Amino acid sequence: MSDSKSRIDEIVKSNDVVLFMKGTALFPQCGFSSRAIAILDHLGVSYETVDVLQDPEVRAGIKEYSDWPTIPQLYVKGEFVGGSDIMMEMFESGELKQLIGAEA
Amino acid sequence: MPMAASEIERLIKASIPDAEVTIRDLAGDGDHYAARVVSASFNGMTRIKQHQTVYAALGGRVGGELHALQLETAVPQPENSQ
Repeated sequence: MSDSKSRIDEIVKSNDVVLFMKGTALFPQCGFSSRAIAILDHLGVSYETVDVLQDPEVRAGIKEYSDWPTIPQLYVKGEFVGGSDIMMEMFESGELKQLIGAEA
Repeated sequence: MPMAASEIERLIKASIPDAEVTIRDLAGDGDHYAARVVSASFNGMTRIKQHQTVYAALGGRVGGELHALQLETAVPQPENSQ
């Protein structure tokens, strides 16, 4: 496993809910990341964020890690959930709350 | 780099022949699109897998040449449901 992959792996596995995004929760730098944060805030869960703009290695590595070409990316309990479109669909159907809420 | 909506539709249909593709240009700049892709081939796939199939059809353009593609995938529903 490459260095960036093992770093990503550790982040994903050591946080129950983690969002890889552009910018920070307070200042998202992209509309899609902003939408992802809005969803998590609405659910009222605690989460970690990783700003890929501050870390080019993670920014490139995360796309390979999940075989997913875009940011943001949400991981819950070590599993890749999806980007902001999937988050929105799962939020609207109640699945996301169920997924995150089960152990929160 | 802007990309024509017709080109996006063509690439998706080249890989997923039965796909019903609806594309909206969100910002009018040829760079921010929303696509809805309906295909029976998605049946049984997770959402992630469905989206990955569309991304694969676009051959690595999403996240690069094509900055933003808001994506929605579905399997065809029988007419009477919903």
